[in-house]
Amino acid sequence: MKKHTIVALVQDRPGVLSRVIGLIRRRGFNIESLAVGHSETPGVSRMTIVIEWEDVEQVVKQLYRLIEVLKVSDVTDDPVVEREMTLIKIHAPGPKRPEIVALSEVFDAKIIDVGANTMVIEMTGSPAKVQNFIDVIRPYGIKEMMRTGRIAMVRGVRGHNAEEFVENANGHAERVPVMN
Amino acid sequence: MSDKRTGAQVMCEALIRNGVDVMFGIPGGAIMPFYYAMWEYRDRLRHILCRHEQGAGHAAEGYARASGRLGVCIGTSGPGTTNLVTPIADAMMDSTPLLAITGQVGSHVLGKDAFQETDITGITMPITKHNYLVKKAAELPYVFEEAIFIATTGRPGPVLIDITKDAQQATIVPDWNIKLDLPGYKPNYQPNRKQVREAIKLLLSARKPLIMAGNGVIMAGAVEELRAFAEQTRIPVITTLHGIGAFPEDHPLSIGMPGMHGWVHVNRAIQECDVLFNIGGRFDDRVTGKASTFAPHAKVIHVDIDPSEIGKNVKVTVPIVADARLALQAFLSEFPEREAFAELHGHASDWMEHIREMQSKHQHKQQYLNRSETEHMSLPPHDVYAALTRALNTRGNYRVVTDVGQHQMWAAQLIDWYRPRTHITSGGAGTMGFAVPAALGVAVAHPNDTVWAVCGDGGFQMTNQEMATIIQEGIKNVKVAVINNGYLGMVRQWQELFENKRYSGTPLSGPDFAKLAEAYYWKGITVEDSSQVEAAIEEAYATDGPVLIDFRVEREVNVFPMVPQNKSIGEMILETPHES
Repeated sequence: MKKHTIVALVQDRPGVLSRVIGLIRRRGFNIESLAVGHSETPGVSRMTIVIEWEDVEQVVKQLYRLIEVLKVSDVTDDPVVEREMTLIKIHAPGPKRPEIVALSEVFDAKIIDVGANTMVIEMTGSPAKVQNFIDVIRPYGIKEMMRTGRIAMVRGVRGHNAEEFVENANGHAERVPVMN
Repeated sequence: MSDKRTGAQVMCEALIRNGVDVMFGIPGGAIMPFYYAMWEYRDRLRHILCRHEQGAGHAAEGYARASGRLGVCIGTSGPGTTNLVTPIADAMMDSTPLLAITGQVGSHVLGKDAFQETDITGITMPITKHNYLVKKAAELPYVFEEAIFIATTGRPGPVLIDITKDAQQATIVPDWNIKLDLPGYKPNYQPNRKQVREAIKLLLSARKPLIMAGNGVIMAGAVEELRAFAEQTRIPVITTLHGIGAFPEDHPLSIGMPGMHGWVHVNRAIQECDVLFNIGGRFDDRVTGKASTFAPHAKVIHVDIDPSEIGKNVKVTVPIVADARLALQAFLSEFPEREAFAELHGHASDWMEHIREMQSKHQHKQQYLNRSETEHMSLPPHDVYAALTRALNTRGNYRVVTDVGQHQMWAAQLIDWYRPRTHITSGGAGTMGFAVPAALGVAVAHPNDTVWAVCGDGGFQMTNQEMATIIQEGIKNVKVAVINNGYLGMVRQWQELFENKRYSGTPLSGPDFAKLAEAYYWKGITVEDSSQVEAAIEEAYATDGPVLIDFRVEREVNVFPMVPQNKSIGEMILETPHES
């Protein structure tokens, strides 16, 4: 089964995340990653969902049935930039520190905290690059790790923006008619 | 009255403003403020006290399905709401406009396992079209308006509003100046004209076309349009279980029901057809059998208001997302001149002749009733349907509500159906126990019609307590026919045919149903022989009040034709295999 990246714009209301996840859970598929946050339009949140699924067109249609879902796209085969961030707390006794710093530089990762025997590294990049860095740094001893999950954006003018939606008087998103 | 209202009063006024005049429910702690307020509005909001929330939910469904209006049911928090789960799921499957109003514990104890607290919005998320948890009275006017709009528009469905007790009690000045704000909900009603023309081209070039009419035709009120469409094209018409009544069965173009218990000639026609025009049906697996083998030669035109139904089960050549009525009107207005139909009419006439020939070779209604197999039986179930059908046809003004199982399929097959909203059943969810409470709702919607609840002895025993509700409300136009074979008959049939007659968990006893009916102050009649059937039905009609007839039918009769599960609809079993 192919991995798919789905981008969804949803109204920022209680329960909307639960509805989206419930719809995917219903068919017994696992969500590989999920990132949710504000979009460029107030009142509209943006989700990036990564799932392994055969019949993604059906998922997209089902998601549209949810009242609070405004726009859904499967961007898997689109030219997209994808990023993920991770925080890694690594075992870093004195003698190992130069190696870890050097490796971090190679991957454009930042050391953001240094403790007595640990360092916290922040790394941002494509999901593959993040994975690569984790593989390289793992032998030093990862004490804690958190990945944000993938966020995705289609390159160029054609995109998946919320600009057809503007905030109305109630603070909710409202669709602006677009000419086709 | 000043401008100030309690949340509960706002709920009543919101319902009245949205055209609601009857509700089915049961009170309890968390919904008591609503019941307190309801008393003031009782001349405009009729409340029918049911005996179980499941009964209230099915009654509201029956009301909605028979009238085309919104059905409203009420329960208190905790078990009051979980008892509504089955009818809500049923309404979701059958696209029934249902509003469930539930009380919730006070907002200050929400999420703290308070007495009778259940997360009902969480529970019903996947089985509602939408749901709400309201904690502030000020939100009530908007939420009720939006909820009812969502339940009744597009593809209708159940919507639940869960209201905390403090929100019902709080006093506010309601703002009725409501502008719905639903950027993510824009049902598409008008068909794409280009697609319509594409579909017409396909139809005109067809040699073996079929129309399949589903529930959408009835819900959209498109019966007249469907008839005009069929008569203009002369294409044979199939009606699905929920499409029954969308096209009159005595029309020369009507060929009957498809699917697991559909007629042989209908299923064969589907397997042979080259263009299948499905309007308002969702290609349920009980219609398609094994979907990959369904209508193998057909190009499919699928008209549905819900885009997610198109291409879900069957590959579609021309998708049309639209309301069935508006779609058919578009077809009628885009149809070319009469002469352009000449070729299609020629093919359709040959095709219909072929279908009728297939029909004559296999059992259909009349032959089926006269099967020699039933001759030795004192009461074959088919004799009940034959007599009931005669009575319905003679007296008219009937609604038939069926439960789930063998009796349901016999009713769909054997009764003559002519009008929309006369056949009401639980289709998608297959909810046993639907018939008696739903018949209550149907009787409220149509007080001048005779409402027959046809059920099995299994389903009847799940919800028959609503007989008390029917008496308390003074409802006289409900008659119950229990097709009593002492089994969970459809499961027994599967066990007989596919599981070597291992009747595990299917033999079923019951009380004396006629005596039970008498205990509920109904008239109860027991019928054990074919010779008594007609008189019993006559007596039911002659009685000014609800009547139950316990038809003690032959125990092991099967529903045929039958397509085994997950088989092609071309592979039908026509009779019980003889033991060698």
